[in-house]
Amino acid sequence: MLLATIAFYLFSTVLIAAALLVVSARNPVHSVLFLILAFFNAAALFVLLGAEFLAMVLIVVYVGAVAVLFLFVVMMLDIDFAELRRDALSYVPIGLAVGAVLLGELVLVGGSWAIAPGATGVAANPTPAGVTNTEALGRILYTTYVHVFQEAGMVLLVAMIGAIVLTLRHRAGVKRQNAAAQIGRTRKQAVELRKVRPGEGL
Amino acid sequence: MAPIALGHYLTVAAMLFTIGIFGIFLNRKNVIIILMSIELILLAVNINLVAFSSFLGDLTGQVFALLVLTVAAAEAAIGLAILVVYFRNRGTIAVEDVNIMKG
Repeated sequence: MLLATIAFYLFSTVLIAAALLVVSARNPVHSVLFLILAFFNAAALFVLLGAEFLAMVLIVVYVGAVAVLFLFVVMMLDIDFAELRRDALSYVPIGLAVGAVLLGELVLVGGSWAIAPGATGVAANPTPAGVTNTEALGRILYTTYVHVFQEAGMVLLVAMIGAIVLTLRHRAGVKRQNAAAQIGRTRKQAVELRKVRPGEGL
Repeated sequence: MAPIALGHYLTVAAMLFTIGIFGIFLNRKNVIIILMSIELILLAVNINLVAFSSFLGDLTGQVFALLVLTVAAAEAAIGLAILVVYFRNRGTIAVEDVNIMKG
Protein backbone atom coordinates (compact mmCIF):
# COMPACT_ATOMS: atom_id res chain seq x y z
CA MET A 1 0.00 0.00 0.00
CA LEU A 2 2.81 2.37 0.90
CA LEU A 3 4.56 1.58 -2.37
CA ALA A 4 1.39 2.38 -4.33
CA THR A 5 1.06 5.68 -2.48
CA ILE A 6 4.65 6.66 -3.22
CA ALA A 7 4.18 5.63 -6.86
CA PHE A 8 1.02 7.71 -7.15
CA TYR A 9 2.69 10.85 -5.81
CA LEU A 10 5.78 10.31 -7.98
CA PHE A 11 3.84 9.76 -11.20
CA SER A 12 1.33 12.55 -10.61
CA THR A 13 4.08 15.04 -9.73
CA VAL A 14 6.02 14.22 -12.87
CA LEU A 15 2.77 14.32 -14.88
CA ILE A 16 1.88 17.83 -13.67
CA ALA A 17 5.45 19.09 -14.11
CA ALA A 18 5.64 17.68 -17.64
CA ALA A 19 2.27 19.23 -18.52
CA LEU A 20 3.47 22.62 -17.26
CA LEU A 21 6.61 22.31 -19.37
CA VAL A 22 4.53 21.35 -22.44
CA VAL A 23 2.74 24.68 -22.36
CA SER A 24 5.75 26.79 -21.33
CA ALA A 25 8.70 25.32 -23.24
CA ARG A 26 10.39 27.67 -25.70
CA ASN A 27 11.09 25.04 -28.30
CA PRO A 28 8.05 23.12 -29.64
CA VAL A 29 10.19 19.99 -30.06
CA HIS A 30 10.78 20.06 -26.28
CA SER A 31 7.03 20.52 -25.84
CA VAL A 32 6.37 17.33 -27.80
CA LEU A 33 8.96 15.41 -25.78
CA PHE A 34 7.41 16.60 -22.50
CA LEU A 35 4.01 15.60 -23.90
CA ILE A 36 5.39 12.09 -24.38
CA LEU A 37 6.65 12.12 -20.76
CA ALA A 38 3.22 13.26 -19.56
CA PHE A 39 1.52 10.44 -21.47
CA PHE A 40 3.90 7.85 -20.01
CA ASN A 41 3.12 9.04 -16.48
CA ALA A 42 -0.61 9.08 -17.17
CA ALA A 43 -0.28 5.49 -18.39
CA ALA A 44 1.48 4.64 -15.10
CA LEU A 45 -1.45 6.19 -13.20
CA PHE A 46 -3.82 4.04 -15.26
CA VAL A 47 -1.83 0.96 -14.24
CA LEU A 48 -2.16 2.02 -10.59
CA LEU A 49 -5.92 2.29 -11.14
CA GLY A 50 -6.05 -1.24 -12.52
CA ALA A 51 -6.76 -0.24 -16.13
CA GLU A 52 -3.79 -1.98 -17.74
CA PHE A 53 -5.33 -2.24 -21.20
CA LEU A 54 -6.04 1.49 -21.43
CA ALA A 55 -2.55 2.22 -20.14
CA MET A 56 -0.97 0.19 -22.94
CA VAL A 57 -3.35 1.68 -25.53
CA LEU A 58 -2.40 5.14 -24.29
CA ILE A 59 1.28 4.41 -24.84
CA VAL A 60 0.74 2.79 -28.24
CA VAL A 61 -1.71 5.38 -29.59
CA TYR A 62 -0.34 8.55 -28.05
CA VAL A 63 3.39 7.99 -27.79
CA GLY A 64 3.55 5.79 -30.86
CA ALA A 65 1.25 7.73 -33.17
CA VAL A 66 0.01 11.12 -32.01
CA ALA A 67 3.25 12.40 -30.46
CA VAL A 68 5.27 11.26 -33.47
CA LEU A 69 2.74 13.01 -35.72
CA PHE A 70 3.26 16.22 -33.73
CA LEU A 71 7.02 15.77 -33.95
CA PHE A 72 6.84 15.33 -37.73
CA VAL A 73 4.73 18.45 -38.19
CA VAL A 74 6.89 20.56 -35.87
CA MET A 75 10.03 19.54 -37.71
CA MET A 76 8.53 19.63 -41.22
CA LEU A 77 7.14 23.16 -41.11
CA ASP A 78 9.68 25.94 -41.30
CA ILE A 79 8.22 28.25 -38.67
CA ASP A 80 9.82 31.07 -36.75
CA PHE A 81 8.70 30.00 -33.29
CA ALA A 82 10.47 32.88 -31.56
CA GLU A 83 8.24 35.26 -33.53
CA LEU A 84 5.14 33.35 -32.42
CA ARG A 85 6.20 33.55 -28.77
CA ARG A 86 7.27 37.18 -28.85
CA ASP A 87 4.52 38.70 -26.70
CA ALA A 88 3.37 35.46 -25.07
CA LEU A 89 4.04 36.93 -21.64
CA SER A 90 1.28 39.50 -22.17
CA TYR A 91 -1.24 36.64 -22.19
CA VAL A 92 -0.07 35.24 -18.84
CA PRO A 93 -2.39 37.38 -16.65
CA ILE A 94 -5.60 36.46 -18.48
CA GLY A 95 -4.49 32.83 -18.73
CA LEU A 96 -3.79 32.72 -15.00
CA ALA A 97 -7.13 34.41 -14.27
CA VAL A 98 -9.14 31.97 -16.37
CA GLY A 99 -7.13 29.04 -14.99
CA ALA A 100 -7.66 30.18 -11.39
CA VAL A 101 -11.41 30.60 -11.92
CA LEU A 102 -11.63 27.16 -13.53
CA LEU A 103 -9.56 25.50 -10.81
CA GLY A 104 -11.68 27.22 -8.13
CA GLU A 105 -14.84 25.88 -9.75
CA LEU A 106 -13.37 22.40 -10.01
CA VAL A 107 -12.33 22.54 -6.32
CA LEU A 108 -15.86 23.64 -5.35
CA VAL A 109 -17.33 20.76 -7.35
CA GLY A 110 -14.83 18.30 -5.88
CA GLY A 111 -15.40 19.52 -2.33
CA SER A 112 -19.17 19.25 -2.37
CA TRP A 113 -19.42 16.03 -4.30
CA ALA A 114 -20.29 12.58 -2.92
CA ILE A 115 -21.16 9.19 -4.35
CA ALA A 116 -24.88 8.45 -4.07
CA PRO A 117 -25.47 5.71 -1.47
CA GLY A 118 -27.05 3.28 -3.89
CA ALA A 119 -24.69 4.03 -6.81
CA THR A 120 -22.19 1.25 -6.18
CA GLY A 121 -24.87 -1.44 -6.31
CA VAL A 122 -26.30 -0.50 -9.70
CA ALA A 123 -23.18 -0.50 -11.86
CA ALA A 124 -24.05 -1.13 -15.51
CA ASN A 125 -21.03 -3.39 -16.02
CA PRO A 126 -19.55 -4.47 -12.67
CA THR A 127 -15.88 -5.38 -12.88
CA PRO A 128 -15.84 -9.21 -12.89
CA ALA A 129 -13.57 -10.90 -10.37
CA GLY A 130 -10.78 -13.23 -11.42
CA VAL A 131 -10.57 -11.88 -14.97
CA THR A 132 -7.82 -9.66 -16.35
CA ASN A 133 -8.71 -6.09 -17.20
CA THR A 134 -8.17 -6.71 -20.92
CA GLU A 135 -10.47 -9.73 -20.98
CA ALA A 136 -13.15 -8.00 -18.92
CA LEU A 137 -13.03 -4.98 -21.25
CA GLY A 138 -13.13 -7.18 -24.33
CA ARG A 139 -16.17 -9.06 -23.04
CA ILE A 140 -18.30 -5.92 -22.92
CA LEU A 141 -16.65 -3.98 -25.74
CA TYR A 142 -17.52 -6.60 -28.37
CA THR A 143 -21.02 -7.32 -27.04
CA THR A 144 -22.84 -4.55 -25.20
CA TYR A 145 -20.80 -1.71 -26.64
CA VAL A 146 -20.20 -3.07 -30.15
CA HIS A 147 -21.88 0.00 -31.65
CA VAL A 148 -19.58 2.34 -29.72
CA PHE A 149 -16.66 0.25 -30.94
CA GLN A 150 -17.74 0.47 -34.58
CA GLU A 151 -18.45 4.16 -34.21
CA ALA A 152 -14.87 4.64 -33.04
CA GLY A 153 -13.73 2.76 -36.13
CA MET A 154 -15.82 5.03 -38.36
CA VAL A 155 -14.39 8.13 -36.66
CA LEU A 156 -10.87 6.88 -37.39
CA LEU A 157 -11.76 6.03 -41.00
CA VAL A 158 -13.26 9.47 -41.62
CA ALA A 159 -10.25 11.12 -39.98
CA MET A 160 -7.87 9.11 -42.15
CA ILE A 161 -9.70 9.93 -45.38
CA GLY A 162 -10.01 13.57 -44.33
CA ALA A 163 -6.32 13.92 -43.56
CA ILE A 164 -5.34 12.32 -46.89
CA VAL A 165 -7.79 14.45 -48.90
CA LEU A 166 -6.61 17.61 -47.15
CA THR A 167 -2.90 17.11 -47.64
CA LEU A 168 -2.77 15.34 -51.01
CA ARG A 169 -1.66 17.61 -53.83
CA HIS A 170 -0.59 17.14 -57.41
CA ARG A 171 2.18 19.51 -58.32
CA ALA A 172 2.21 20.78 -61.88
CA GLY A 173 5.38 20.10 -63.86
CA VAL A 174 6.43 16.98 -61.98
CA LYS A 175 6.91 13.91 -64.15
CA ARG A 176 5.07 10.90 -62.84
CA GLN A 177 5.23 7.28 -63.83
CA ASN A 178 2.23 6.24 -65.89
CA ALA A 179 2.10 2.49 -65.43
CA ALA A 180 -0.91 1.97 -67.72
CA ALA A 181 0.79 3.75 -70.60
CA GLN A 182 3.98 1.77 -70.05
CA ILE A 183 2.23 -1.59 -70.00
CA GLY A 184 -0.06 -0.64 -72.87
CA ARG A 185 2.80 -0.13 -75.31
CA THR A 186 2.78 -2.56 -78.24
CA ARG A 187 5.67 -3.89 -80.26
CA LYS A 188 4.57 -1.71 -83.17
CA GLN A 189 4.92 1.49 -81.15
CA ALA A 190 8.20 0.49 -79.56
CA VAL A 191 10.28 -1.13 -82.30
CA GLU A 192 10.80 -0.08 -85.88
CA LEU A 193 12.78 -2.23 -88.33
CA ARG A 194 14.64 -0.38 -91.10
CA LYS A 195 16.65 -1.83 -93.89
CA VAL A 196 20.00 -0.12 -94.09
CA ARG A 197 21.97 -0.53 -97.28
CA PRO A 198 25.73 -0.83 -97.08
CA GLY A 199 27.49 2.51 -97.42
CA GLU A 200 24.38 4.60 -96.81
CA GLY A 201 22.94 6.15 -93.73
CA LEU A 202 19.31 6.21 -92.83
CA MET B 1 0.31 8.08 4.90
CA ALA B 2 -3.32 7.91 3.88
CA PRO B 3 -4.23 5.50 1.09
CA ILE B 4 -4.90 7.00 -2.30
CA ALA B 5 -8.59 7.82 -2.70
CA LEU B 6 -10.70 8.89 -5.65
CA GLY B 7 -10.23 12.53 -4.67
CA HIS B 8 -6.47 12.34 -5.27
CA TYR B 9 -6.97 11.28 -8.90
CA LEU B 10 -9.68 13.90 -9.43
CA THR B 11 -7.28 16.55 -8.11
CA VAL B 12 -4.56 15.49 -10.54
CA ALA B 13 -7.08 15.53 -13.40
CA ALA B 14 -8.37 18.97 -12.39
CA MET B 15 -4.82 20.37 -12.31
CA LEU B 16 -4.05 18.83 -15.71
CA PHE B 17 -7.25 20.30 -17.16
CA THR B 18 -6.39 23.74 -15.81
CA ILE B 19 -2.87 23.54 -17.22
CA GLY B 20 -4.38 22.69 -20.59
CA ILE B 21 -6.66 25.74 -20.49
CA PHE B 22 -3.74 27.90 -19.34
CA GLY B 23 -1.64 26.58 -22.23
CA ILE B 24 -4.26 27.65 -24.76
CA PHE B 25 -4.11 31.23 -23.43
CA LEU B 26 -0.33 31.29 -23.03
CA ASN B 27 0.37 30.14 -26.61
CA ARG B 28 -2.37 32.06 -28.34
CA LYS B 29 -0.47 32.29 -31.61
CA ASN B 30 1.03 28.82 -31.89
CA VAL B 31 -1.56 26.35 -33.13
CA ILE B 32 0.69 23.36 -32.52
CA ILE B 33 0.96 24.05 -28.79
CA ILE B 34 -2.79 24.74 -28.67
CA LEU B 35 -3.42 21.28 -30.15
CA MET B 36 -1.07 19.79 -27.53
CA SER B 37 -3.00 21.63 -24.80
CA ILE B 38 -6.22 20.10 -26.12
CA GLU B 39 -4.55 16.68 -25.89
CA LEU B 40 -3.72 17.43 -22.23
CA ILE B 41 -7.35 18.41 -21.55
CA LEU B 42 -8.59 15.16 -23.11
CA LEU B 43 -6.03 13.24 -21.06
CA ALA B 44 -7.41 14.85 -17.89
CA VAL B 45 -10.91 13.76 -18.90
CA ASN B 46 -9.62 10.23 -19.48
CA ILE B 47 -8.01 10.14 -16.03
CA ASN B 48 -11.35 11.16 -14.54
CA LEU B 49 -13.22 8.46 -16.46
CA VAL B 50 -10.77 5.73 -15.52
CA ALA B 51 -10.59 6.82 -11.86
CA PHE B 52 -14.36 6.73 -11.48
CA SER B 53 -14.50 3.42 -13.33
CA SER B 54 -11.90 1.92 -11.02
CA PHE B 55 -13.28 3.21 -7.73
CA LEU B 56 -16.93 2.45 -8.54
CA GLY B 57 -16.11 -0.98 -9.95
CA ASP B 58 -17.90 -0.23 -13.22
CA LEU B 59 -16.15 -0.97 -16.52
CA THR B 60 -18.33 1.37 -18.59
CA GLY B 61 -16.04 4.30 -17.86
CA GLN B 62 -13.09 2.53 -19.45
CA VAL B 63 -15.11 1.83 -22.61
CA PHE B 64 -15.85 5.52 -22.96
CA ALA B 65 -12.26 6.43 -22.15
CA LEU B 66 -11.37 4.29 -25.16
CA LEU B 67 -13.84 6.28 -27.29
CA VAL B 68 -12.37 9.58 -26.05
CA LEU B 69 -8.90 8.28 -26.93
CA THR B 70 -10.05 7.51 -30.48
CA VAL B 71 -11.66 10.90 -30.95
CA ALA B 72 -8.53 12.61 -29.61
CA ALA B 73 -6.33 10.75 -32.10
CA ALA B 74 -8.67 11.62 -34.98
CA GLU B 75 -8.78 15.24 -33.87
CA ALA B 76 -4.99 15.47 -33.77
CA ALA B 77 -4.69 13.95 -37.25
CA ILE B 78 -7.28 16.30 -38.80
CA GLY B 79 -5.95 19.33 -36.92
CA LEU B 80 -2.40 18.76 -38.04
CA ALA B 81 -3.53 18.09 -41.63
CA ILE B 82 -5.38 21.43 -41.67
CA LEU B 83 -2.27 23.05 -40.16
CA VAL B 84 -0.02 21.65 -42.92
CA VAL B 85 -2.41 22.81 -45.66
CA TYR B 86 -2.71 26.23 -44.04
CA PHE B 87 1.04 26.60 -43.78
CA ARG B 88 1.42 25.57 -47.42
CA ASN B 89 -0.99 28.27 -48.53
CA ARG B 90 -0.04 31.13 -46.22
CA GLY B 91 3.51 30.42 -45.08
CA THR B 92 2.63 31.02 -41.42
CA ILE B 93 0.59 29.36 -38.67
CA ALA B 94 -0.15 32.44 -36.56
CA VAL B 95 -3.72 32.15 -35.29
CA GLU B 96 -4.45 35.83 -35.56
CA ASP B 97 -3.90 35.75 -39.33
CA VAL B 98 -6.70 33.20 -39.73
CA ASN B 99 -9.35 35.57 -41.06
CA ILE B 100 -9.94 34.44 -44.65
CA MET B 101 -13.53 33.51 -43.90
CA LYS B 102 -14.20 36.84 -42.14
CA GLY B 103 -15.95 35.03 -39.33
